[in-house]
Amino acid sequence: MPYFGSEETVKELKRALSNPNVQADRLRYKNYISKVIRSVIQGLDVSTLFMDMVKASATVDIVQKKLVYLYMCTYASDKPDLALLAINTLRKYCADPNPMVRGLALSNMCNFRMPGMTEYIEQPIVAGLRDKASYVRRVAVLGCAKMHSLQPNTEIDGIIVNELYALLRDPDPVVVVNCLRALEEILKDEGGVVINKPIAHHLLNRMKDLDSWAQSEVLTFLLRYRPRSDDELFDVLSLLDSFLQSTHAHVAVATLRLFLHLASAHPAVQADALLCTSAPLLATCGAASRELRFAGLCHVQKVMRSQPGLFSTHYKRFFCGYSEPTYIKFHKMEILVELVNDENVALVLEELSSYCTDVSPELAQAAIAAIGRIARTYSEKCLDILTGLLALKQDHITSAVIQTFRDLVWFCPQSTAAVCQTVEVCVDSPQDSEQALLWLLGEHGEKISSAPYVMEGYVDGLKTELSLAVKMELLTTAVKMFLCRPAETQDMLGRLLHYCIEEESDVCVRDRALLYYRLLQRGVEETRKVVTGPKSDPSMSVLTERQEEPISQWASTFNTLGPLSGHDLCLQTAVISAADQPSNSTEKELLPGSKDVTLSSPNDTEEEISLSLGPPLSHETFEKMWLDLEILHRQTLGSPLPRTALDMLQAALQLVKIQTLAFTPGDTVPWKAYIYTRSTGTLILAELLQGDPQAPGSDESLVVSVKQQPVNQHAIRGFASILKSVLQTLNDDSS
Amino acid sequence: MISQIFILSSKGDHLIYKDFRGEASKDSINVFYERVTALSGDQTPVVMAHKDLHFIHVKQGGLYWVASTKTNPSPFTIIEFLNRLAALTKDYCGSLSEKSVRMNFALIYELLDEMVDFGYIQTTSTDILKNFIQTEAVSSKPFSLFDLSNVGLFGAETQQSKVAPSVAASRPIMSSRGEQGGKNEIFVDVIERLSVVIGSKGVLMKSDIQGEIRIKCFLPTSSEMRIGLNEELSIGKSQLKGYSSAVRVDECRFHQAVKLDEFDTFRILKVCPSQGEQTVMQYQLCDELPCAPPFQLFPSVQKDYVNRVLIFLKLRCDLPPKSTALNVSITVPVPKGSVSMSQELSSPDQTAELQPKNKALLWEIPRFPGGAQLSALFKVDVPGLSSASLLEVGPVSMSFELAKQTCSGLQIRFLRLAPSQTGLSQRWVRYVTHSDSYTIRI
Repeated sequence: MPYFGSEETVKELKRALSNPNVQADRLRYKNYISKVIRSVIQGLDVSTLFMDMVKASATVDIVQKKLVYLYMCTYASDKPDLALLAINTLRKYCADPNPMVRGLALSNMCNFRMPGMTEYIEQPIVAGLRDKASYVRRVAVLGCAKMHSLQPNTEIDGIIVNELYALLRDPDPVVVVNCLRALEEILKDEGGVVINKPIAHHLLNRMKDLDSWAQSEVLTFLLRYRPRSDDELFDVLSLLDSFLQSTHAHVAVATLRLFLHLASAHPAVQADALLCTSAPLLATCGAASRELRFAGLCHVQKVMRSQPGLFSTHYKRFFCGYSEPTYIKFHKMEILVELVNDENVALVLEELSSYCTDVSPELAQAAIAAIGRIARTYSEKCLDILTGLLALKQDHITSAVIQTFRDLVWFCPQSTAAVCQTVEVCVDSPQDSEQALLWLLGEHGEKISSAPYVMEGYVDGLKTELSLAVKMELLTTAVKMFLCRPAETQDMLGRLLHYCIEEESDVCVRDRALLYYRLLQRGVEETRKVVTGPKSDPSMSVLTERQEEPISQWASTFNTLGPLSGHDLCLQTAVISAADQPSNSTEKELLPGSKDVTLSSPNDTEEEISLSLGPPLSHETFEKMWLDLEILHRQTLGSPLPRTALDMLQAALQLVKIQTLAFTPGDTVPWKAYIYTRSTGTLILAELLQGDPQAPGSDESLVVSVKQQPVNQHAIRGFASILKSVLQTLNDDSS
Repeated sequence: MISQIFILSSKGDHLIYKDFRGEASKDSINVFYERVTALSGDQTPVVMAHKDLHFIHVKQGGLYWVASTKTNPSPFTIIEFLNRLAALTKDYCGSLSEKSVRMNFALIYELLDEMVDFGYIQTTSTDILKNFIQTEAVSSKPFSLFDLSNVGLFGAETQQSKVAPSVAASRPIMSSRGEQGGKNEIFVDVIERLSVVIGSKGVLMKSDIQGEIRIKCFLPTSSEMRIGLNEELSIGKSQLKGYSSAVRVDECRFHQAVKLDEFDTFRILKVCPSQGEQTVMQYQLCDELPCAPPFQLFPSVQKDYVNRVLIFLKLRCDLPPKSTALNVSITVPVPKGSVSMSQELSSPDQTAELQPKNKALLWEIPRFPGGAQLSALFKVDVPGLSSASLLEVGPVSMSFELAKQTCSGLQIRFLRLAPSQTGLSQRWVRYVTHSDSYTIRI
């Protein structure tokens, strides 16, 4: 930020610096130079003083020199012509007998970021690489990288690269690491520095001499190395074993990452490494620096995705300290929820419930949501706590509790009765939970005796209601309530529909009201079929409850910024990519073909039918239905089982909206698969069979047997033709 | 690799700015400051992204220490490096504050120049750095509350001569000239952070000690030093405790420079301390404290009149009679909507105030001698009080500092320097326990 009167200051400084009296007095001179640097930091433009500063660099005082160099590096790119004047002095200093002066001059000369510098610095750098003093060599090695970054598009100088590779054997550890860094930058286009067996082993043997920063960097470089044999692999790992327990968190974590990467084929080794590192990781979670604590927590969460049990005995370490910032508390709560087991559930719940009355509403709500998550497994204890919280009559708490109830009822139906009893009490719910409350009323209206009165309040206050979502939810609730308690709600529903159709200005609400109106005209039974769905869906828990993930899922982002920034974002993308991965490659190949299939299929059928997946079907339901129903249709498909991989077949079927439930391995005879799909109100179940001795003339071709509920012959024909064309395409592709 | 490093004051003033690679614009300082001040409470400030630039920062001494990078480095490395930079700045400047950084900017630039080149960390060891750092530190007189610990009871000068003034350790490590310079001192601090949760019936639910032995060395040349710990110190959960006197820690880790050949038998650490501050040993102890937790609270919360809550707190300090807890502050959450409070405290040096914004009352006791018991009565007016509101009172959290006291019982038996050094140098051992988090449920 430029200050007022900055021009005056610059002028004054210039006058002072060129004053011979000042120049003669070393202390005063230095003082003025300090003032110049101070102005630089404050953002003042003092580039006009360049000449005076170049003069000031001719001194024996190293502190003054350093200050002047700092100035020069800042303004060199603005004043390239003047900077050239400085270069000659700097080059002279590169031959100074004092290694510190040599290093300083070389390093700063390389820091001048201006075009055309290369020709001046190349010779001193090459000389520096062979300098006796390690300090100068360190500077010279990085100088090579700086030189390359000045002219990124020029050809790589093979001599320098070779020299750098040779310097990997330098006795000074920092020179070694700097060589790796410089090579990495220079050879970026060719994939970076090559870590072959001799280099890898050399680095491993030098590990002990390096300081912690260099260690963690070398460990990162070693990620690139793949040992040839298992014997070598275990040699490498045993060399690194002690670093897993390093006092420096960054070394321990970098070692762990390398272990996870190298031992990707040996899960037992990975597990051992995780166990070893759990102590240092836990220590970072309690470190004095809160930033380090945060990084530790984020990485613990990663580890827990594969090894949920690893930290469960240490659950107390994740209790929140009262002075900790909110973002750390959030992460600790997430971890606590994952760690809950039979032994610690009481203590964890007691801890979490004490956060529910926290000053920060966000934290309180997160704590309530966390209890709600635990309630899916330990519902009784949690419901007591949540019900107790309602008595506080604080808006943000009540609202969070009701929202938690809604989710809970959906995931574990056995808690419905208790929830319904509680909801009776909270008639006037706060703003942001209205929707959740209405949903609960609609779904379980028959169990909540006061439901119609609560709803009446909402219908009466409709004119002042602002939120669209609440209005929509109210419509649905009213219709659902009408279906289970018609006598009490008929009048209310009438008023509501009338208002929404006649007076409501928003199109969405109006349309929704019209939809329900038309539906009700078709009769109550018809409406019931459409509106009431399943009250809960336990199969959803598969989606929400995290499965144990393979370590490889997160190992690649371990010890990077990934886990720290956008924690949720990472999680989502990881899940998506996990789901997509198997089908991704096939999808690309198949997409054009299969599109044709669905589009060209009508030539077999009179009318195009559309298949849909709908809600997933569990194995038990499928089995029960399959046994109950009779085969309606059997047909040979005219083509054998494609020789492509089975997951490709599965992916292809998925594309045309046919879900594969189970299949036998590819080479078994007879080969069977069970699939299902939905189409215009019917559920189609089918069995694919190949090589069945009982079926006539079918040793080559696939036979499909279809069962359906309710019966719709047209849909079966459509389904069969789609199936046929998919197999055709796959066979064409693979042959 | 690091693109830029900058240090900002809490108000956003640029104190230090160094661009190592010239790939990010200077404007990014302002971008960072805008972002970090605009964050709401639940957002994570540690890592922030702006276009392709990542900012990683730590907050120490009320200053922002920021590194920006365009690559995806190890967060542990960067955070630990920034912490180390702050620690080194503290070593060289004596203390860590906006003022000291401002006054010593040339020194900090010099440090940064040697520590980082082209964005790569070169070295952070004081032994190497001291050869290159030429600037003299300008020290400012810091104000420290810790001074209180040296004032004896009733103002008498007890053991004054045996106690090092606490400011002595907060001076620059490299003042060769100057009034305090040349004093060969070495401080060994045993610092413990205590975190405790006490359940509603006085049951100890969680107790956890994170401890470290920290050396601050002002000796110009390093020579081997032997630190003797309690001989009966046992490590790990499995070992059976013989008699009650055994001091136990769950696990401990040592600085890589520590030689442990005499540790197993004699519990002696051998180390060549380099100048400045370093942690030689870290240890932790979970769940089994050798002594009673330092404070017990006996609360009673009642509804008085229609709109008034009576909170009666009796606080007992279970430390040995010679020890004292300092700067004790007790935070009690009060029901939402509390408007005013009247209080009855037992001595005039205590204070209490209601903080309606945090819905809490804060009771502060500057000195709390061991074995003493203090009580306080608070009457809080809450309009529209319901009986459920009483549930909002609690959990109580405390913060305090215990000087000359470790909760684990870890002691330093002796501190010996190599024979060549003795006579010239002064050795100090200090113990302090901080409350990391001390929560008592009601």
